[in-house]
Amino acid sequence: MTEQVRLTVNGVPRDVEVEPRRLLVQTLREDLGLTGTHVGCDTSQCGACTVHLDGRAVKSCTVLAIQADGHVVTTIEGMAPDGGLHAIQAAFWAKHGLQCGFCTPGMIMSAADLLESNPDPTDDEIRHAIEGNICRCTGYHNIVAAIREAASTLRAGTDVPAAANA
Amino acid sequence: MIPAAFEYDRPTTVAEAVDILARNPGTAKVLAGGQSLLGLMRLRLARPERLVDIGGLAELRGIRALPDGGLAIGALVTYREVLDSALATSRVPLLAMAIADIGDVQVRNRGTVAGSIAHADPASDMPAVVLALEASLVVRSGSGERVVNATSFFEGAFVTDLAEDELLTEIRIPAQPTGVGMAYRHLEQPASGYSIVGAAAVVGRTGGSITTARIGVTGVADAAYRASAVEAALIGTDGGAAAIAAAAAHAAEGVAVGSDIHADAIYRAEMARVHVRRAIEAALGAAG
Repeated sequence: MTEQVRLTVNGVPRDVEVEPRRLLVQTLREDLGLTGTHVGCDTSQCGACTVHLDGRAVKSCTVLAIQADGHVVTTIEGMAPDGGLHAIQAAFWAKHGLQCGFCTPGMIMSAADLLESNPDPTDDEIRHAIEGNICRCTGYHNIVAAIREAASTLRAGTDVPAAANA
Repeated sequence: MIPAAFEYDRPTTVAEAVDILARNPGTAKVLAGGQSLLGLMRLRLARPERLVDIGGLAELRGIRALPDGGLAIGALVTYREVLDSALATSRVPLLAMAIADIGDVQVRNRGTVAGSIAHADPASDMPAVVLALEASLVVRSGSGERVVNATSFFEGAFVTDLAEDELLTEIRIPAQPTGVGMAYRHLEQPASGYSIVGAAAVVGRTGGSITTARIGVTGVADAAYRASAVEAALIGTDGGAAAIAAAAAHAAEGVAVGSDIHADAIYRAEMARVHVRRAIEAALGAAG
């Protein structure tokens, strides 16, 4: 038994037919081919599957696709639609906020939620905001530095330096 | 890990939702934010035959000011919405104190306060909070509405006073006595973040002696409870360090203290005493 679901994903309306038990992350990755959203722990702990649902960071492994019917989803692929880098992505690059990169899409989506409501967070606030995202490589230090840098870039309202987009 | 297949309903009114519950006794579960239920379903610890998704019920949204100075929280209000609500954080600071530490940002963006209360996980924080606030829970079924005091709502691990055909629609928090202070203190299991013990305190002094003492405790027993022996011992004292410590010594009295791999019963009871004491001290420190 499947149901018709319409999601707006990265600004584009997408119609998919899903079983009610289908998870949002499955629909994004397997039905829509948006594999930038990762499945890490599969138990709602690691945050690799973080996307935005109506502008808020959620773990897409713990949302049913059908619950997102009629709602707006943003994935990592939608952060910089022009093919360049979003300021947060550029800052992760500049500050070496990743090693293997598996957690990075989720980290960036959580950082975007934070900076939307708190443009000038303290390091403590940044760490609290990424509590739901686990990184097994970096020790978090450079991730915090990257988010701090992104906050500064976004506050200044300047474009991402061309070099970072090369 | 994918949930087992289930029938799915998305009612558009509360009346329709409770009608579906009444027609599917014992086989339907209510889905709100899903942050507890979907995890259990994916691990196949829960296999409901039918989910009733109340996510579209606009009448269950929003935080309202009650005319008496209290607060009404609709069943679909998320933790994040409480944290972002100036009304909620100013009228009932205890809510944000407890909620800021629940889960993580993603869970708080999606999980609902009422969902946590209806789920009644013995390690969840909100039951202790609504007990200390003397909140009422508004419950609807096909035969109408009833209002249950939080003190008679939590019956055991994942067991509440809710009948199979009933839906929790609203949490009503009455105005708190003038001058009381509030605090939440808990010991988190470091990996899961769930509370091994949690203590919510609403405490106030009048003319040098304690006149209000309401302590909600979670994590210690099968169900959250009011630590009435602590409250009785604290009332009438000067609220000094010695009086608080003596009162908090009763924190695990009258309940069967739980035991698991994270905390055996002796340790858990001791942590209950410690965190009840800390919550009372902090609440008195915040009192006006």
